Amino acid sequence: MTPPLLAVRDLRVRFATEGGVVKAVDGVSFDVERGRTLGIVGESGSGKSVTNLTLLGLHNPARTTIEGSAVLDGTELVGAPERTLRDLRGQRVSMVFQDPLTALSPYFTVGAQIVETYRRHTGAGRREAKARAVEMLDRVGIPQPERRAREYPHQFSGGMRQRAMIAMALVCDPDLLIADEPTTALDVTVQAQILDLLAELQEQLGTAIILVTHDLGVVADVADDVLVMYAGRAVEFGPVAEVLDTPRHPYTRGLLASVPRLSDALDRPLQPVPGSPPSLLDPPSGCAFHPRCAHAVDGPEAPCRTVLPLLTRAQAASGGSGHAAACHLEAAPGTAAPTDLQGATP
Amino acid sequence: MFRFLVQRLLGAALILFVVFTVTFFLFFAMPDDPARLSCGKTCTPETLALIRRDLGLDASVPMQYWHYIVGVFAGRDFGSSHCSAPCLGYSFVNHEPVLDTLLDRFPATLSLALGASVIFLGGGIMIGMLAALRRGTWLDKSTMAFSLIGASVTIQFLGVIARYVLVDELRWLPKPEYLPFTDDPGGWTGGLLLPWLTLACVQAAVYARLTRASMIDALGEDHVRTVRAKGLTSRQVYFKHAWRGAITPVVTVYGIELGVLLGGAVVTETTFNIPGIGKLAVNAVANSDLPMITGVVLIAATAMVLANVAVDAVYAVIDPRVRV
Ligand SMILES: Nc1ncnc2c1ncn2[C@@H]1O[C@H](COP(=O)(O)OP(=O)(O)OP(=O)(O)O)[C@@H](O)[C@H]1O
Ligand code: SF4
Ligand SMILES: [Mg+2]
Repeated sequence: MTPPLLAVRDLRVRFATEGGVVKAVDGVSFDVERGRTLGIVGESGSGKSVTNLTLLGLHNPARTTIEGSAVLDGTELVGAPERTLRDLRGQRVSMVFQDPLTALSPYFTVGAQIVETYRRHTGAGRREAKARAVEMLDRVGIPQPERRAREYPHQFSGGMRQRAMIAMALVCDPDLLIADEPTTALDVTVQAQILDLLAELQEQLGTAIILVTHDLGVVADVADDVLVMYAGRAVEFGPVAEVLDTPRHPYTRGLLASVPRLSDALDRPLQPVPGSPPSLLDPPSGCAFHPRCAHAVDGPEAPCRTVLPLLTRAQAASGGSGHAAACHLEAAPGTAAPTDLQGATP
Repeated sequence: MFRFLVQRLLGAALILFVVFTVTFFLFFAMPDDPARLSCGKTCTPETLALIRRDLGLDASVPMQYWHYIVGVFAGRDFGSSHCSAPCLGYSFVNHEPVLDTLLDRFPATLSLALGASVIFLGGGIMIGMLAALRRGTWLDKSTMAFSLIGASVTIQFLGVIARYVLVDELRWLPKPEYLPFTDDPGGWTGGLLLPWLTLACVQAAVYARLTRASMIDALGEDHVRTVRAKGLTSRQVYFKHAWRGAITPVVTVYGIELGVLLGGAVVTETTFNIPGIGKLAVNAVANSDLPMITGVVLIAATAMVLANVAVDAVYAVIDPRVRV
């Protein structure tokens, strides 16, 4: 088996804040395969964005402690010198943000912003870069790309802006595109178009994608693998079909139950996961999900409250497909063996 | 861009007209009778009537308003003398045309304002940027502490001390005075150095703090994060992208400041005895020289309004979203 494009192991990110140390990411492991799409889901504040910004080294180093490892095609990203990361950003790993209106600079034309990225990494001439920018705008489906390249982001519609953002992210033909909720700020009708565009470009360019979303429906449509995050930890990881069909972690099951299905009666109430996410300043002991978990084993000494569950593969059940969950119910003796995907040490 | 400027200029003209009208009617709300003030101690009813006619005060108030407007646009006659457009009347005190006096004093005020601006904008913005980029370091903390001190001293205080130390004792700077640039460029610079530095010192402190705060805000903006995610160097991030967001509040504040300074930096001018609009205003008020007061108000308002138009134009250059 070839090594994955990106292998994240036991990543931990802590922020020093006035209120104390925030454990925003607390032992997360996952792989991204070349040309495939990893969906990351989880409630607000579960550490999805922090994880991705860490990969690009975009946190303020003065207030952030990062541990663990993230290897991109042989290059260790954690602790890499700023120079290395800078060369990587926009060229090998690029990012599309949630709100294209604020994420694009209001002060430069769309064309100029794409040109800037391209020239930064290729040293191409002005003319060549301009041609490339127009080509990319055309490629992402912006009509009259030559004219649009000379316009400012505020002259674009929301969907067009996000297309331009994608054009900019892909201009250097990166190996990995991180899209952090790329459709959340857009109209519902436009959302599907943007997702289709991403899938289409992925097919053409072979770019691997990390797609952060709140929408399990989107994950089902676009992702190959899925990572479910809870309170800064990976609670479930595996191929999309398996995770969605046979979720192993009670939290994933809760998320799935909260998604309305077409087959459901219209008056069936939505079932969000009861309770609210824990504080990351002082997360619950043991399994961080235990205060909300219906399956939690009770009693003060029960493992759910005292022992951090590992992200383990139930190999017997899945045939080694890589489907893993961090739950004590999974790790019952005889049914599962810890593997190299171990997320955390108790 | 052209349409934008025309619009702003029309708006400015309207504002000026309003200020002009208000000033004019305030003139009549004043408790002193200008004719009596002009008449002096040995005033007979005949002279008073004569002066009234000369000053145009014998007509009704709306007629006088009309005369004033005609005077501004077409000139008017006062008794035997003709005052050509734009006519702002004559000083009650020395009977000079108000406009001539204003034009005579304005270069001093302009010199003081522009020279000091160059120093405090340049210095203040540079210090503020550095402090923002080195946030939390000793450099940041010490410059901000100094600027807090700078922002809290007054010009009179600083001016007197600086003059004593730098001019009288150390003889590093020449005596503060105003010599017209056209007569003696060297003397103009030398004489204004101390006033410039004093005014700039107090102002630079304000701009340093303002720039620091807005630069820190700008560095947290989404689009700045995007350019970092594109792999640009810190220098490009700061000086190509972030500064644009940071400079807008500075331009806003400076626009107001410039209007005020061009209307006469009263304290600086009196402290250093610079014969500018500010000093003129103080004297005019002390002497109840109403035409002169009106003239100063008008010139200050004009400066304010024009500075505003300039600010709007600068906004439009910085931020394409402002252009219509
Ligand atoms: N720079 C920072 N300093 C301190 N705390 C931070 C910082 N960035 C994020 N956090 C905290 O880390 C936690 C995880 O944030 P993150 O943005 O990764 O959540 P998310 O999963 O992306 O949520 P959402 O779905 O709302 O985007 C949150 O509690 C957040 O408040
Ligand atoms: S470890 Fe316990 S509390 Fe956590 S998800 Fe599994 S059953 Fe629930
Ligand atoms: Mg997020």
